Amino acid sequence: VEDAFFRRERARLLTALTRIFGVANLSLAEDVVQETLAKAFEAWSFGGIPEHAAALLMVSAKNRAIDVLRRERTARRFAPELGRLIDSEWTLRPAIEELLLPPALKDDELRMMLSCCHHQLEEQAQVALILNLVCGFRAAEIASIYLAGVAAIEKRIARAKKVLAGSQRLFELNAQDFAPRLAAVHRALYLLFSAGYHGGGEEVIRAELCREAMRLVGLLVDHMPAATSTTYALAALMDLAAARLPARADAVGDLVALPDQDRSLWDARLIAGGLAFLERSASGSEVSAYHVEAAIAGLHASAPSGVATQWSEIVSLYDLLMRIRPSPVVALNRAMAIAHAEGPQRGLEAIAGIDELDRLRAYPFYEAALGELELRLQRLDAACGHFEAARVLARNEPERRFLTRRIALCSS
Amino acid sequence: MSEFVFLYREARPPSPEELQARMKTTLAWFKDLEQKGHLAVYGHPLNRKEGRVVKKGGVTDGPYAETKDIVIGFSVIEASDFEQAVALAAACPLVEAGCLIEVRPVPKL
Repeated sequence: VEDAFFRRERARLLTALTRIFGVANLSLAEDVVQETLAKAFEAWSFGGIPEHAAALLMVSAKNRAIDVLRRERTARRFAPELGRLIDSEWTLRPAIEELLLPPALKDDELRMMLSCCHHQLEEQAQVALILNLVCGFRAAEIASIYLAGVAAIEKRIARAKKVLAGSQRLFELNAQDFAPRLAAVHRALYLLFSAGYHGGGEEVIRAELCREAMRLVGLLVDHMPAATSTTYALAALMDLAAARLPARADAVGDLVALPDQDRSLWDARLIAGGLAFLERSASGSEVSAYHVEAAIAGLHASAPSGVATQWSEIVSLYDLLMRIRPSPVVALNRAMAIAHAEGPQRGLEAIAGIDELDRLRAYPFYEAALGELELRLQRLDAACGHFEAARVLARNEPERRFLTRRIALCSS
Repeated sequence: MSEFVFLYREARPPSPEELQARMKTTLAWFKDLEQKGHLAVYGHPLNRKEGRVVKKGGVTDGPYAETKDIVIGFSVIEASDFEQAVALAAACPLVEAGCLIEVRPVPKL
């Protein structure tokens, strides 16, 4: 919880200070944020984290920012929007205070996200930059999302920051060229949400990351040019998936698979909100992967039980998803849907027919899927073998415990 | 019960990442001390960058150039005896992080 708090505050302060100092002074803003936080960590390690910690951090960052502006106003060029306001002590403090009010801060986050999608950067670099600057992910966390080396990602982020700092000013929210920048923003928020939904380390889910992704997608929904049908689809997907979070982990923090979830725990308000977004997403002609994933989540959310789910509809949606964004993991999910619709034997055949099956060999839920289908065919020895193979590949304790329970189920 | 002053000392300023990790472990340690009734005064961390030394003949900038380990904070701890106070200090995560803790008994009449 503390880590989530500081992750969010770090990003919020950085966005605000980048706006105040100007994007050219990005690294100065990073230094000031780092100093502010270091000071807080030290002060709070004795008495504890105070109640209004976020407000205190903002005040402390503001005072530091004003000191920096005062000290360097002749040496550096700060945000062009600030103009001569910072030259006079009459206007310096009021101008900065206004920039740190909530409405300005909200716009800053949106502008920062869009500024990260600089046309000189390729999409993966844009996404990495958003995850780093706006979502507060460290290079190591981004590397694990992309299954890339930490050093390579660090280099990529450093280069992307230079490109961003080279842009004249932050992206203007009334600009015409919104559309080409949105794809990377969508992707970054999708990855942020997924990181929360799939958890990490010893946590089955990290709900705070999902909430942060939903808050940021809300900024897009609320700002007209960014509220495209794909934005609605992404918002729908997040709401519908987040609705299942309360049932995804049980009382002791173990993973509960979708068919076994207690549906009475699903969040009805989020389902209703998600279905409303899904409807709005259908307004355009565009069909993105987010549309399809949201539609699948919508069918799950509307089904009274696992058995009474419209599995053949879900199979067709996975067929569509395979055309838009093919991957072995999507193919595996499609095979599991086929197993529900047409029986476990057909599911096994679908798995055997996956292209690039080798890329799934290190993925614990590939073996677990085979185990699940063998279990349904009552071939307990085979099922047990697959679950054991999956357990060897498990990436954390919750996955290991989940698979241990599956193994126990086969032997009983 | 006797009172002991803990003086936390450190030579090298830690990185922000270390400070964040340290805040968590230190808070847990303080909380444990408080629950067990050992914490008389939380004390304060001290700014390690600035200080003045006042003596007859003038004021100089400190912390002291001749000591490597700067005092970075203090607390007042209650313990039954010296051994217990030392054991409490030894369990402090700041020690694991490379800090020194000077344990000094408060004299009683």
